[in-house]
Order: sequence, then C-alpha cells, then structure tokens
Amino acid sequence: MAGDAGLRFATISVLVENEPGILARVVGLFSGRGYNIDSLTVAPVDETARLSRINIVTSGTEMVIEQIKAQLGRLVPVYRVADLGREGPHIAREMALIKVAGTGEKRAEALRIAEAFRARVVDATTESFIFELTGGTEKLDAFLALVRPLGLAEVSRTGIAAIARGTRTI
Amino acid sequence: MTAASEQSGAEVLLRALKDQGVEVIFGYPGGAVLPIYDGLFRQNAIRHVLVRHEQGAVHAAEGYARSTGRVGVVLVTSGPGATNAVTGLVDALMDSIPIVCLTGQVPTHLIGNDAFQEADTTGITRPATKHNYLVKRPGDLARAVHEAFIVARSGRPGPVVIDLPKDIMIGKAPYSGPPENGHPSYRPRTEPDPAAIGRAVDLLKGARRPIIYTGGGVINSGEEAAALLRTLVRLTGFPCTSTLMGLGAVPASDPRFLGMLGMHGTYEANLAMHGCDVMLAIGARFDDRVTGRLDAFSPGSRKIHADIDPSSVNKNVPVEVPILGDAGRVLARLIEAYEADPRSPDRAALAEWWREIDGWRARESLSFTQELTPGAVIKPQHAIRRLFEATRGLGKEVFVTTEVGQHQMWAAQHFGFEEPRHWMTSGGLGTMGYGLPAAIGVQIAHPDGLVIDIAGEASILMNIQEMSTVAQYRLPVKVFILNNQYMGMVRQWQELLHGGRYAESFMAALPDFVKLAESFHATGLRAESVEQLDEVIRAMLATDGPVIADIAVDPKENCFPMIPSGAAHNDMILSAATEDRAAGITDPGLVLV
Repeated sequence: MAGDAGLRFATISVLVENEPGILARVVGLFSGRGYNIDSLTVAPVDETARLSRINIVTSGTEMVIEQIKAQLGRLVPVYRVADLGREGPHIAREMALIKVAGTGEKRAEALRIAEAFRARVVDATTESFIFELTGGTEKLDAFLALVRPLGLAEVSRTGIAAIARGTRTI
Repeated sequence: MTAASEQSGAEVLLRALKDQGVEVIFGYPGGAVLPIYDGLFRQNAIRHVLVRHEQGAVHAAEGYARSTGRVGVVLVTSGPGATNAVTGLVDALMDSIPIVCLTGQVPTHLIGNDAFQEADTTGITRPATKHNYLVKRPGDLARAVHEAFIVARSGRPGPVVIDLPKDIMIGKAPYSGPPENGHPSYRPRTEPDPAAIGRAVDLLKGARRPIIYTGGGVINSGEEAAALLRTLVRLTGFPCTSTLMGLGAVPASDPRFLGMLGMHGTYEANLAMHGCDVMLAIGARFDDRVTGRLDAFSPGSRKIHADIDPSSVNKNVPVEVPILGDAGRVLARLIEAYEADPRSPDRAALAEWWREIDGWRARESLSFTQELTPGAVIKPQHAIRRLFEATRGLGKEVFVTTEVGQHQMWAAQHFGFEEPRHWMTSGGLGTMGYGLPAAIGVQIAHPDGLVIDIAGEASILMNIQEMSTVAQYRLPVKVFILNNQYMGMVRQWQELLHGGRYAESFMAALPDFVKLAESFHATGLRAESVEQLDEVIRAMLATDGPVIADIAVDPKENCFPMIPSGAAHNDMILSAATEDRAAGITDPGLVLV
C-alpha cells in the first residue's frame, strides 16, 4: 500500500465527545467512503470521561488523506483532528501480548530475543511464555518475525497510541 | 429544576420545538409516538400535516424548508415509520436541506430486544443524516432537540434524527431553553480567510476567460447571498452558470447567465467551463453530473472554490484557491476586495471571451422542433415552455417542484427561474417520487403561491398516495405530468448505451390520470395533441383546487444536449440528429450511472 507511488501512511488523532455511537460514526465513515484503517484505538482521556481520543493509522494518496481529515472534522461530536506526522514530530507506540509455545532450545531462544527487545515475561509455563512488548509498529513486527519460527502461537496487539512531541497538544 | 415544574417528555419536546420557532410538522402517527400526538392534540401553536407515507413526510418537509429557508420538521413512529423516512433523509443529506426528523422508539428497557416495531434507527440513519441522537435520559431531551436544530441549519445544512423512546415521552423531564453559546463541538467556519479572498481577487482581476459556477450553497445561504451573487456578476461582467440545485440564484433571463451546466447543461455553459482560464466556484461541489470526465474537466483553468464544507474542497477536483466560509459572506468579502483592488480587469480579453461564448450560444443547444399542425404530438420541451409562459404575469408567486428523470432536466432547461427558493428538485440522490410531497410542503408554507409539480408518469406513481394529503388540506397543487409512457431517462440510456433494448422501462398498465385525479377529489385534465395543450394549461391554472394535467408527449423524445457518461465537457451530444451518438462513450464510461 503505502510503498506505492503517491500513497502515504498517516497517523490521525481525533478528539471527540465521548457519546454513544461515536466509534460507529468514525468506523462507518471509513467503511462507507472506502478508506483504509490499518490501526484504530479509542479511550476516554479526560478526568470526567467526557472526551475520548481516537488514534487512526490510515493510508492513501495525499488527496484521500486530506479528505479523511475533512470528513472526520465535520462530524458533529469532533473537537479536533490532528495529522500527527504532518504537524511535527510525534511518538507512536503500541503494546502487544505475544504467546510463544515450545520447549527446549526454541524456548530458550525466544527468551533471549525477548531480552534483546526488552519484552517482559508476564506469564510462563514449562511449555510457553507470554511476552509483553511496547514500541513502534516496526519494532513489534520485527520481534514477531523473529519468534514466528520459534513457536509463535497467538498475538494480541492494542493498535497505535500517538502524541505530538514537545509542548504541542491536540 | 424542581419536580413540580417538570412536564412530560412529550410536553418538553413540543415546548422545545415551539422555542425553535416550529410552526408545522409533517408526520404520521403510530404506537411509539402516541404520547407526542397526544401532546400535539392538546396545543395550538404547532400545526400537524398528516401525510400518507413517511417518505412523503420528509419530502414535504424538504419542500417547506427549501422554499422558506427554515428547518423542516418530521414526526414518524418507530420501526417502519423510521425506515420509510430513510430515503427522504438521504435525499436531504445529499441536497443539504435542513430537516429535524423525530422518530418514535420502543421504551428504553425494550431497546435491543427485537420488540414490536423496533428498528435500530440511530444505526440505520447514521450514514443517512448529518447527525442523530437517541435520547435515553429525560435530562438530555431538551438539549438534544435544541442541538439538533443548530446542527440541521448551521454550516452545510442537513437532516438530523432524534430517536425518542416512548417511556422518555411519557415520563417527566426537565426543560431548558436553547443554549446561548451554540454547539459545544460543532462550530463550522462561516467567515472566510482574508488571505484567501485576496488570492481569489488576484486571479479574478487577471482573468481573460473567467466563469462563475455556483450551486445550491448560494441558495442555502439565503436571499442575501443570491443578491450578492447578482451584484458580483454585474460588477465583473463575467459569464456565470449554475448547477441544478443553484437555479434561480442568478435570473435565467440575465444575459450573463449561460444556463445550467453539466450532463444536460447548455453547450455554452459546458464549453465555457471547459475553456475558461479562471473558475470561481461558489457553493457547488464538483459533482460527477457537473464535471463529466474528471481528467478532462476544465483542463486549462485555475480554480477558486468557496464552500462551507471543508470536505467538499479538493474532493473531486484540486483547486488553487480554496475558501472556507458561508457563500454569502464569501461573496460580500469578494465584492469588497474586488472593488477596492486598483487593478482593472482585461476588458478586451473579456469581450473576446464573450464573442466566443456567443458563438456557442448561437448553436441553440436547447432547441427542439414542435410541429404545430392539429393532431401533432406534443414535444415535452414545448409543454414546459408553454407552461412557463402561461405562468408569467399571473401575479402569483410560482414554485416548481419536479420528480426525477427527463422531465426534470427539461424543466431545468426550459422553465426560467428568476428567484432563489422557487425551484425544488431532488438533485444529489435523484429520488423519483420527490415532487408531489415536496409540492405539498411548499404549498403549506405558501398558501397563496402557485405550486406546480412537473412530473413524469412513472415518478408520480412513486408517491401518488400523497394526492390524499392534497385533498385533505385542500392544497391547490398542480401536477403537470409529461406522460411519455416510459421511464424516459432509463429508455434514453437504453437507446444510447444498450442497443435499444428497452428492458422493463415501458410503463404498461398506466392509470387513467383523469379518473385518478377525480378519485382523489381533484380535477383531471388531459392533452392528447398539440392544439389541446394551451387550453389544458389555461384550465389547470384557472382551477382553484388541485389538478392533475396529463400531457401525452412524444415517447421517443430524448433529453439533449447530453454529455455521455465518462465523456468530457467538450464532447457533447447536441441532438438526436448528431451522427455517431455513441461517440465519446468509453468502456469506463459505461459503468458510470
């Protein structure tokens, strides 16, 4: 996708009124207009749980990304839309729980790779580990590629949470 | 708020509507909305118009809204009441018509239980509305109603649904008035950026072959915006064209108006769009009916696009100068800046451009041949021209609604619209069955106006039940049917694109429209051939009550000019006589609708 000519990935954060149906509204906008969603996260972010932040990783041509931002911006419960990559440097992180099943040398190798990636062991049996790993999407992808032949059994990923560097806020 | 001052939810709802200035509701009762109807029964401030189908209620509210500039209000029951309204809601969404649609819902404790007449109304209408609400707490009711009106009428207008569970309508609820600070999150930009106005004036002053292309946004902005547009056209001397939705903003009789553009627009409007060097688009959205083939759309122009909806800008066509704001405000700022700018425009180039346009005009792309010998078949264009001429000088305000198809395009081409808000048609969604209920809404808003639904015999049957509403309220609506015994536009496309295989487009077993009118307590008239036409029109206009005039027209007549699907503006079919009519229709074009 995003390697093709004219296509780019965008990490878009949306500050919304935390009302019923808002996630359906956003997801429906993407499916109804044929936009991609590569990752989507949502949770309340203020003390009264009145506001939620939705982080979306999407891809498309520049014109499509601008359309996505404009379409999100005109949803009634939306306060702010930020194209994090375009507005300055930002941090994007996701977390994964990764179950690797196996014994013997493969099991030991999985543990060594986990140490190199600073993945935490959050559950262990004699035949499995569950690793908790936080980082950018590429780091998670790289770790998964390495443990796949070592007995990767199951993955659960959160999707991207993202925020602008420095004092800038959404 | 003390309990003593609390009213029932239905009373709070009606009070909020009254505070929003609502005078009339178009609706249809049912189990879930009985408490609201009971509330309506016990008050006199708001009038209720009983339609015969919920789709008709929404179209009637659209006609009311478009002809007045106010929010149209609809009240329907849960389940089928709501789902029947969906077509109308999408119609209003596509054409940016402010509607508040109140839908009944099963009581909150039954929601999700597949109760009788339950439907997931907010789920179904989410992509069919600008916004929607499900009121689950009495304390949210008044705020939701006030917010719905703000959302429906501000920014780019549109339909808003409020889903109202029956227990919320019966139980007590607190009242609060309209919020003073507007909507918390929805604050569309109306005032344009001065820098963008400056860049636009730079382009306009340097233009050699300019065109002004306007749409429904100018109508929606209000009478002042249309007046300002006329001022700008006069001030600059630029040629201007309009979308289907924008007709009437500049008078059809103005020599600087080139007629409608697009698929069935005039030759001069489309060629001027194709050949211009600066395009000023205001309140129009570069719809596929307007642009034709995108990669061949106005290739040599720099474009200014003013719109209140940021998502309409750079959606289909990239533009050099986007201006976000209300059409009226943008026009006011443009006129100020244009007048204040010391540069004088290139008068010689403009005069040369007008000579070129006059050359295109001389092709008379809307011409048709009407034989006038008695017994000759009526051409539909002639019928509309004669109707238009007969309605002038009557001393009445004339409003025209249409259904969808050939008759709609002929009405747009041949009925001259001189004022905004007098032309109601389903543009974006193309909803057959729009015109009759829309005419009801217009007539309710303008009891003394002459309201004519220019219809086709196929479209009119889609909401013919509304003749009963017409009868009940003694609305003097005139239904002018161009009866060619075909779904004409379908037939035309089948002739041009599908080898003349007229699959299912012939309207067999049509009713006798004269008897049908009479059965609905209206007057029925019929013209069979050209010498009867004027007398039928005269009789129709002379009748005080509702009339259906069934005009038998040439079944083979096609709507020209036409940009075939997938073709460019300079690739028009001008008439049936043009050789090689399928020229310009490409394989990719064939898949387009």
